[in-house]
Amino acid sequence: MIRSFGPAEFTFLVEAARWTVLLSLLAFIGGGVIGMVVALMRVSRNAMLRNIAAGWISVVQGTPVLIVLFLVFYGLPFLGLRFPPLVAAALGMTVYASAFLGDIWRGCIEAVPRQQWEAASSLALKPAQRMIYVVLPQAVRLAVPPTVGFMVQIVKNTSVASIIGFVELTRAGTLMNNVTFQPFWVFGSVALLYFAMCWPLSVMSQRLERRLHAGRRS
Amino acid sequence: MPVVVAEDVRKSFGSLTVLDGVSLSVSEGELIAVIGRSGSGKSTFLRCLNGLETPDSGQIIVAGHALAPGEEALRALRQDVGMVFQSYNLFPHLTVGKNIELAPRLVKKIGKAEAADIARSVLAEVGLAEKYDAFPEQLSGGQQQRVAIARSLAMRPKVMLFDEVTSALDPELTGEVLKVMEGLSRSGMTMLLVTHEMAFARKAASRVVYFHQGRIHEQGPPEEFFGAPKTPELQQFLGAVL
Amino acid sequence: MPSLVFSDVWAQFDTLLSGLLQTVWISAVAIVLGVVIGVLCAVARSARSRLLRVLAAGYVEGMRNTPFIVQLFLVFFGLPGLGIQITAIQAGLIALTLNLGAYSAEIIRAGIEATHRSQIEAGAALGLRRRDILLHVVLLPALERVWPALSSQFVLTMLASSILSQISVEELSSAGALIDSRTYRSMEVYIILAGFYLGLTMLFRLSFDLAGRFLFPRRRAVAVRR
Repeated sequence: MIRSFGPAEFTFLVEAARWTVLLSLLAFIGGGVIGMVVALMRVSRNAMLRNIAAGWISVVQGTPVLIVLFLVFYGLPFLGLRFPPLVAAALGMTVYASAFLGDIWRGCIEAVPRQQWEAASSLALKPAQRMIYVVLPQAVRLAVPPTVGFMVQIVKNTSVASIIGFVELTRAGTLMNNVTFQPFWVFGSVALLYFAMCWPLSVMSQRLERRLHAGRRS
Repeated sequence: MPVVVAEDVRKSFGSLTVLDGVSLSVSEGELIAVIGRSGSGKSTFLRCLNGLETPDSGQIIVAGHALAPGEEALRALRQDVGMVFQSYNLFPHLTVGKNIELAPRLVKKIGKAEAADIARSVLAEVGLAEKYDAFPEQLSGGQQQRVAIARSLAMRPKVMLFDEVTSALDPELTGEVLKVMEGLSRSGMTMLLVTHEMAFARKAASRVVYFHQGRIHEQGPPEEFFGAPKTPELQQFLGAVL
Repeated sequence: MPSLVFSDVWAQFDTLLSGLLQTVWISAVAIVLGVVIGVLCAVARSARSRLLRVLAAGYVEGMRNTPFIVQLFLVFFGLPGLGIQITAIQAGLIALTLNLGAYSAEIIRAGIEATHRSQIEAGAALGLRRRDILLHVVLLPALERVWPALSSQFVLTMLASSILSQISVEELSSAGALIDSRTYRSMEVYIILAGFYLGLTMLFRLSFDLAGRFLFPRRRAVAVRR
């Protein structure tokens, strides 16, 4: 039976969008934690840690999100681990986000002027103290706008999780399209919902960026 | 017993020789003014003294600590050696008080109240007691540099190094910084400063050291050094800057 | 833990190779067309006509704040609904091009905005026409300035083309899925795919670096001096 696309169908999409939000949050948290480790390894004095982090970043950034998700989706059972689709998708997105956030944050840490590192060293602070009390607080300020900007990428890329069978907004759209045959309305609504989630983040990121530059110039 | 001993210190960056065998001995309470052209190696030498640069060869002993590789040895040395930079390098995210208290609390494990007392007393020493709660960007360049001096003082160093500390300041602000430094010297602090302020070197230094092509080319007490320079290189340099 | 067996997958190398070539071809076309749209759009965003500016901004923001896969589905499923018949490859090319067009417009616009007023004034003082100033003083230096950022975006476009497998365009990821269904060696297939995409990423980066040196002589001079 063919349904037509009406308010009830739109509500179905809105409800599915909650899973997109949840998956985005999980990816951001997981990617943030691992990304922090990657960023710190990337600026470490230990060459091996630096190389491992650099390798992680270029391998993940050089692979489509789709393939990253497939690798995690098939890789976990291969290692004998069984997870529900939400967890598999969250883990895959965590891998993806960790590489990009790690790279963004490395840039922010390195953007803290060398003299600040030297001043902290001259005061006999330990490397960890120097990082925690002097470098990171300044790096965080620089990191906020691009991090918010990257959250847009996370939200959008959760759509790829639809391909490994997790029912979020895009998957719900595909299912809806199969029963209504009104692709223009269905995917138009899906696009609109993504836009409603992403655009405020984009605007916020741009504003923060502008404020940061204004603050620096004065 | 000298407080600073450097013996045959050598350092190259790639094919460029920056320090070509520098030896210097500084007694307690001395104020050494280091002068020379840019690129003569004077700043690099100063940075070697607290391990910001690592010499390729030679020996350095500062306040009883031999400069040696390894994080622990370096930190022990740095606890006794204060460093003040050209660009102040205050931590912009911390108030003046927190800037000063950070190292005593983290490195010397001093309690909060005691650290605050130390901060207030060193701030008073540089004449900025009322700026305890200010953020660095709310201060003038001269005030920031005085806070940076106070921050070093809070660690109760045995030697203080000043790397062109007035070079980034507007001329009308250098006076207040130099006055603080003069007071410090009078109170007995051992100080080495790389500077372009010839008048200050002449007035306050116990000894002036001229760096030329990575070596100490000439040195002596200020009257002699400025009044009767021996080498043609120093004569030429002084002719150009005075 | 089971062991990895790659031989079954390698036996289907021809399928992988034809998918790889399809990915390269589609990406190349989308990149060329996407940059053209990006330039037009970037110029439109600083146009004197308000309507033009708003349209360009709407397109750029719309594309940048929605997922590529949804854009692809809108084109592939939506256009036929409006009576426009297109093949999967055409749909994929349209979606990729429009997507890259929006991102490159934003990158190029940043390059244009970094142009110093004095440069334009110098051009005007030399008696150049408005059109010549736009091309030689504003646009080409802007492209040169943002070439590294554009190159990264081109790589992302190539990686995004993997999504075209979802409308059964026979590119690299589809080839992988096909081999997966024949051999049931999922893990091996996707490891190999990741390796292929990594290789493509490096190849693309290298090509754009060389292309940049060819297109922008100063880049070449600076690179040589290093």
